[in-house]
Amino acid sequence: MRLGLLGSVLALALGLASPAFADIKIGASVSETGPASSLGDPEAKTLKMLVDEINAAGGVLGEKIKLFLYDDGGDPNKARTFATRLVEDDGVVAIIGGSTTGTTMSIIPIVEAAKIPFISLAGAVEIVDPVKLFVFKTPHTDRMACRKIFEDMKARGFTKIAMISGSDGFGASMRKQCLQVIGDFGITVLADETYGPNDADMTPQLTNIRSKADVQAILNPGFGQGPAIVTRNYGQLGIKTPLYQSHGVASKSFIDLAGAASEGVRLPGTAILVANLLPDGDPQKAVVTAYKTSYEAKFGQPPSTFGGYAYDGLRLLVDAIKRAGKADPQAIREALENTKGFVGVTGPFNMSATDHLGLDLSAFRMLEIKRGDWALVQ
Amino acid sequence: MSELLQYLLSGVTVGAVYALVALGFTLIYNVSDVVNFAQGEFVMLGGMITFFAWRAGIPLPLAAILAIVVAASVGVLLNKLAIEPARGAPVASLVVITIGASIFLRGAAQLVFDKQLHRFASFSGDDPIDIFGATILPQSLWVIAGAVAIFMLLRLFFARTLTGKAVLATANNRMAASLVGINPGYMTTLSFAASAAIGALAGVLVTPITLTSYDLGVAIALKGFAAAMLGGMGIPIGALVGGLLLGLIEALTAGYVSSVYKDAVAFVVLLAVLFAMPQGLFGRKTMDRV
Repeated sequence: MRLGLLGSVLALALGLASPAFADIKIGASVSETGPASSLGDPEAKTLKMLVDEINAAGGVLGEKIKLFLYDDGGDPNKARTFATRLVEDDGVVAIIGGSTTGTTMSIIPIVEAAKIPFISLAGAVEIVDPVKLFVFKTPHTDRMACRKIFEDMKARGFTKIAMISGSDGFGASMRKQCLQVIGDFGITVLADETYGPNDADMTPQLTNIRSKADVQAILNPGFGQGPAIVTRNYGQLGIKTPLYQSHGVASKSFIDLAGAASEGVRLPGTAILVANLLPDGDPQKAVVTAYKTSYEAKFGQPPSTFGGYAYDGLRLLVDAIKRAGKADPQAIREALENTKGFVGVTGPFNMSATDHLGLDLSAFRMLEIKRGDWALVQ
Repeated sequence: MSELLQYLLSGVTVGAVYALVALGFTLIYNVSDVVNFAQGEFVMLGGMITFFAWRAGIPLPLAAILAIVVAASVGVLLNKLAIEPARGAPVASLVVITIGASIFLRGAAQLVFDKQLHRFASFSGDDPIDIFGATILPQSLWVIAGAVAIFMLLRLFFARTLTGKAVLATANNRMAASLVGINPGYMTTLSFAASAAIGALAGVLVTPITLTSYDLGVAIALKGFAAAMLGGMGIPIGALVGGLLLGLIEALTAGYVSSVYKDAVAFVVLLAVLFAMPQGLFGRKTMDRV
């Protein structure tokens, strides 16, 4: 307790001594290192880059943004500690972050108690369902990805499918979500296989799927190396049934890792992957191109979907502060909830008191891998 | 019929990966009784260094040799900087030191390399070989050949060479070994270098199949460790058979029972074997003469 008091006094003294007294303080805790670093790393890079850009252009409401960025390493306990520090010591007006569902869930009680708006960058539907007053999020849910995939299957006339899911958090959660909504599309699952996140060979599971002659399509909810190995094994066994992957592997490196077998694979992805393929009239074309151009110029690599979540999170926040006219947590929260027609790189956001995500299926584009690159379906 | 064959081929592919990793545990365990939990990190280093050297334009065989040499040097450093200063500490403490080394190597790899998944080209292309309707990738044959070759080399080393016998003598009784003119410190360093090199070679061979990333080590070492325990820790034939057996059990369970229980069945078999034969399938009964 005494240490905490000392910390607050110290923070206060430092705060008073700092010339940047009037800055708008925004906090962030993302998983820059650790098992979720493939998510947190581009998120942290994006946040730093965007804050610099905004400040260079004159800031928000005439004030500069000051970013307090912490690396929680994917550890929910650390995320909780950092969220407390952001609220109590740094005195931020809003928090972005929680790269994973686990870290997000541990931040939520802190921000709800402190009444600080929080924009999560994690996937699970539980984050905004049921709606929590101060909690928002930018990534679409697994359930939306399932719906997008089933919509495409239905359009192609597939009604009997097989699933092969990773048993890690992402794969297991998406498998569950897909099975919950599959009935709405009149599709049945004939084979429901799984594999471990570090397995080296999935040919037994795929052989079982191949032996069921009625299967019209295969769906692989998964993340990391699993889907790449599934796709390679699918090619190895010479399976001709169409293969669907999830948004979990929607990055260029998946095509490289899966090799020639990835030809014809379909998956739901965001506009950021296909910025150059979007027609000129597309509402997302401008924002996606802007993000891609500055990210590539600064870091020399193409941006990922995950960085896009952070990009949208901070821009939504800045937009809300502008509309609120002041950097006050309560006013920001209300402005965020009334976000309408905001075009982000992930999709168009239309929030409401009952929807703190605000995306619909139009945020997903059905992509097909053709000649080693993405192509838009239709 | 072709299904059974496909399960078997899959089991052999995965099993050869486990066996290759399990063989890496053998040397260090034999000389110091330490199960080196940083063994998986040597596998990771083998794959990662090869990939980054290969991407920098070095031909694949040279990149692989470079990776093995660097990993062996890391093995020597691990012994000199972490294990040797703790000489005389109980084996359990040394095992904990290797766990620390594994965390350190993982963190270092994350900084030196990156956090992405990587893969380099298979040695003999990606066209599957058809065997009566079932298929196997040429790279799997490389892994199997690698596992068998290392097994033969280790066997020859322990049975036929003076150095190999000196390693075993050091393991048996360090003081007696030094009395007959063996340098135990040198033997330990040698075994760390060789274990690291075997681990790195495993990494080079399996990366086209399993892919690699900075955090691959833990998972792959766990399966390799299970395989080594199943066959008998420190015994080359045990590592080979244990690995293949574990892979086959997993593949057959995934094929005939359910992929959900694949790992569970493998570990139940492991537990059952260790219950009946605590030294593993090929383990020698230890006898202490008093």
